[in-house]
Order: sequence, then C-alpha cells, then structure tokens
Amino acid sequence: MPTHDRGKVVIEALGLSKRFGRVEAACYVSFAARDGEITGLLGANGAGKSTCLRMLYGVLTPDSGRACIDGIDILGETSKARAHLGVMPHATGLYNNLTARENIQYFGTLHGMRAKLLKSRIAELARTLGMEEFIGRRVKGFSQGQRIKVALARALVHDPGNVVLDEPTNGLDVMAIRNLREMLLSLKAQGRCVLFSSHVMQEVAALCDRTVIIGRGRVLADATLPEIRQRSGCDSLEEAFLQVLGGTEGVS
Amino acid sequence: MRTLFTVFAKEFLDNLRDRRTLISALMFGPLFGPLLFGVMVTQMLKQNVVESDELLQLTVAGSVNAPGLTRFLEAQNVKVTKVEMSQAAARDAVRRGTVPVVIVIPEDYPTLFASSAPAPVFLVADSADSTTRKTADRARRMLAAYGSTIAQLRLQVRGVNPEVAVPVAVNDVDVATPAGRAVVVLGFMTYFVLFALLMEGLYLAIDSTAGERERGSLEALLSLPVARAYLVGGKILATCAYMAISLGLSLTAFVFVFRFVPLERIGMSANLGWGTALAFFGICLPFIPLGAALMTLVASFTRTYREAQTYLTTVLLVPTLPIAFASIYSLKTKSSLMFIPSLSQHLLMTSILKDDAVPLVDVLVSAAASLTLATLLFWLTARHWRRESMLG
Repeated sequence: MPTHDRGKVVIEALGLSKRFGRVEAACYVSFAARDGEITGLLGANGAGKSTCLRMLYGVLTPDSGRACIDGIDILGETSKARAHLGVMPHATGLYNNLTARENIQYFGTLHGMRAKLLKSRIAELARTLGMEEFIGRRVKGFSQGQRIKVALARALVHDPGNVVLDEPTNGLDVMAIRNLREMLLSLKAQGRCVLFSSHVMQEVAALCDRTVIIGRGRVLADATLPEIRQRSGCDSLEEAFLQVLGGTEGVS
Repeated sequence: MRTLFTVFAKEFLDNLRDRRTLISALMFGPLFGPLLFGVMVTQMLKQNVVESDELLQLTVAGSVNAPGLTRFLEAQNVKVTKVEMSQAAARDAVRRGTVPVVIVIPEDYPTLFASSAPAPVFLVADSADSTTRKTADRARRMLAAYGSTIAQLRLQVRGVNPEVAVPVAVNDVDVATPAGRAVVVLGFMTYFVLFALLMEGLYLAIDSTAGERERGSLEALLSLPVARAYLVGGKILATCAYMAISLGLSLTAFVFVFRFVPLERIGMSANLGWGTALAFFGICLPFIPLGAALMTLVASFTRTYREAQTYLTTVLLVPTLPIAFASIYSLKTKSSLMFIPSLSQHLLMTSILKDDAVPLVDVLVSAAASLTLATLLFWLTARHWRRESMLG
C-alpha cells in the first residue's frame, strides 16, 4: 500500500478544455482531489463530468490544459501516471465468459503484476469487498451488486493510491448503492484519494468531503459542503446547489 | 511481449468458452464446408456421367408420321415412348416436368419429307433445367445423326459422293490431364478453403472489438497503462490462432471427403492426400494474419455486434473476388499474380491440385505480399485504436 498524506493534492486538473465540434464539453476546468478525501464531481447529465474524468485518466486529450496524477503528467507519461490510478469508467462491462477472478486477473496482469502478488491481492480484495462466495464463478448471470464489486476490484487490483469512478451508482439498486458507499468510505479510510462523478445530489452530499459542481463544461463551485451552503446563504443543500447552478440545469 | 501474450490468452480462453464462436469455428466451417462440397461435387459428377452409359428415354408424339425416324431411334438403342400429344400439350407437359423431353412430329412431316423439303420436327425441352439438359442434347444429336444419314442416302441416290457434303472433318484433341480436368470441378474448393478460413476468424474479430465496446469493457481496457498496439496485436493473434486451427480441421475434412468423391468415374484424379493438405496449410498460413487484421480493422470501426456482422459479411467477399475473377477469365498461374493475396493462394493451390510444378519463388512472393499487407493493416488498426474516437 502506498503511503498517503491526508489532504495532499494528488489529482490535479489544470485548465482542461475540450471541444467536440461545436459543443464545448469542458472549458478551463481546474480542480484538485486530495488524499484521504472523497471528492465529488456533481453536474447534470451532459454537463461535462465524463469528459473531465476521461481527460484525467488520459483516454481523451485536452485541447488545452493538463492533468497530473501524483505530480505525473498524464499526457507526458501516460503509463506511469496510470499506474497510480484506478479507473472505473461509466461502462463497467465485464467479460461474461470469464470468472470474476479471471476478470480481475486479466487487468492485474496487464498492469504488469506478477502472478504470486496478483493471487494474494485478489484474495485480499475478495475478502474486503465480500466476493469470496462468487469469485470463482463465471460472471454471466451476476447481479448488479456483484458486478460492481468485480468492476471495483478490477480497478483496485494494482493497489492504486487514487481512484476515479465515473457515475458508479448508475443503474444500481438500493442495496448495491449502499454497498458501494461503504466501499468508497473504506477506500477513504485507507487514506486513498477518491474522485467520483454523479448527477445525484444526495449521493454527493452523503459521501463527499469536497464537491466540484460542473455545469456546461465549467466549474461553478469547488468547495466543501459547509462552504457551499454558507456562500449561497441557503440552509438546505438542495437550495444551495440550485443557487450555484443558477436554477437552470436540472440536478436530481 | 507479456502484454501481447496476456491479451492473446484472454481472448483465446474467452472465445473458447463461447458456444457461438466454438460452433462456428470448429463445427460449421471446417466440417460443414467440406461435406457440402463433397455432396455438391458428387452430384455434379453424376450429372456429367449420365451421358453414354445410361439408356436414353425419349417421348415421341406423332410417331406414325415418321416411322423411319422412329425405327432409327430404336435402332440406336433409344427407348421410345410413343404418345399422341399436340405440340401445345407437349409444351405443357415439359413445363410441368412430367416428361423431360418430347419430340413432336407434325402431320405435314410425311409430305414434306417425301418431296425432299426440310421436314419439321419439334424438340420440346427446358434449357433452364440442368437435369434434363443432357437428355435434350442427346436427343438433338440423335436427330442430327438421322438427318445426316438421310442426306447421305439422298445424295447417293442422285449419284453424288456423299463425302462432298462433309467439307470439314473436325477432330477434338483434348490436352487436359485427368488432374487438370478435375480442377475445373475442384476449382472452387480453394474458394471454400479461403472463405471458411475467414468465417472462422469472424466471430473473434467482432467479439474482441465491437463486442468489447458493446458490453462496455472497452473503456476500462483502454484506461490501462498498456500500449494499444499490444492490445490490438494480442486480439489479432487470437483471431489468427482460431483461423489456423480451423484451417487445419477443414483441410483434414477435405482429405477425408475426397476419398468418397467418385472422381475416377470420369477419368479424373484429385491430388489431395496428407502431403497436399500440408502444402495447402503452408500456402494459406500467410493469408491468416492478413484476414485477421482486415476483419479486426473493419470491426474496430463498428459500434455493435450486429453492425460489425453486417460490414464483415461484405468484407468477406473482398478476398474472394479475385478468385471469382480467376475462374471467370481462366487465369493461368503467373509470377506477377503472386503479388495479389488470396488470388496467389488460390493459384498456388490449384497448381498443386493440377500436379503442376510450383516454383519456390512464387510461394515466397505470395507469402511476402500477404504478410506485408497484413502488417500495413495491423498498423492502421493500431493507429485507429490510439484515437479518441475509439471510445465511441
């Protein structure tokens, strides 16, 4: 396990901009995520959350600006930076013909992990995520909750200091969401930096130490929850969020 | 290198557990193809063989009008069925298929015949029906033979040497070797081999690209600290492995099928034993990475399984086009043609079937051309995978 200094900035977006044709998906987006904290990226559907995250883990190249993971430029040294990063993209598809273990193994091996280390790491993940019961079964027929566990284990297999999750709660039932919440909190407790996006306000409010609100590709707010509440002068979080968003965009 | 192998091993295992891929790769192509081929060729040979050894049966309407012709036919060992039938009824009967061929002798036949004017005879047949075409041809030849016999008799009666009526004596000299003749029939076996080869790689090429996208595992894979060229390379290699296995199976099946195809019945011999099968394997081997890279490239541009299938079935035709051209224009093996993949493999295999000498240079040029194109396609695929649009 890497060492973690709580509060140290480890994921940094520095003026990220990205256009798709005429659509400005991200416009000078800057924010930071810290060790031992959960940072939430809140915004409506199509606000540019996924674009920002994708630039962070380097599958999209920004038109301008840069992103750093543990101080490593994702574009300059993509592979090195990615080694410090566990990614769970929006689509968490698994290979149905492989067992849960094989799914995780595949990614671990591609991360360059040796068989012995990989074996003990998977055993550890199976224990902490509660997958021991189905780790040897083929993924076909898994419930959403089981799938999300495997997908998360796949993202964590190389023991990254930082975890980025794109809309992890999407399509999950209540039990699975609760499970996921616990998993994220335990990652935080381990001192890791967790960054996730969501369009569900309650989700962000329940979990995040720090919230970055994004609308139309721009950062509208980047603060802790009490700060946001204070700045908007509203008591209820919902009011505060709506205030920040200018009441124009729907955030459920 | 380890990455390449990891991806290869995963794709290989993943598809080994996929019933759809397995059935297509190991059952349909390699076994069904040769079997279908064997049945088709046997059927074709049977039709060709009908010829001389079978009794010709003809239906003759109005035989009373031409007793001479009827006697002639019977003397030629034709089984004549005499019926009373109008021309219209004969047409109907042939169209319905109740009788294969009807010779109709009209009522004005005797008078015209007696006055040495051309006496009409109607041969009612369906030229679109390949099963009765042979019978019609034989009937036509019989009638022509009768005609020339009568012509000679008439000339003799008039004191003219009948030979003046035969100004040209045509002699057929067929230089085709027995094996060569077989190639006409077996020409499309190579087509079967190459087509089946591509079919086998099809599912894996789709599953490892469009399938990856459709099931939503692509982005996670692309977020790994791994060079995309290795990902693509591993996937193409796995496709190659499946294609190679099924090539081996299909050639094995061909060797067995050919033992049951009665080629010798028409004096043909097919040169397809284990040695030839091995040579075919070697010749087709460089074509495998080419096909795999081509299909992976095309499938990489598609978003769903279904879309990939639509495009790829069209792409499957591309490598088979040169072979179709070769058969239409009866292309002979030439060194310059060895630069064209699929055509070169087809020509080389045909040469071996024909027992012709195969220069080593040709084999090497054919392999080099295919591998060069495969490398180019691999490069294009890897380049596409590095693009952002790959995420879809």
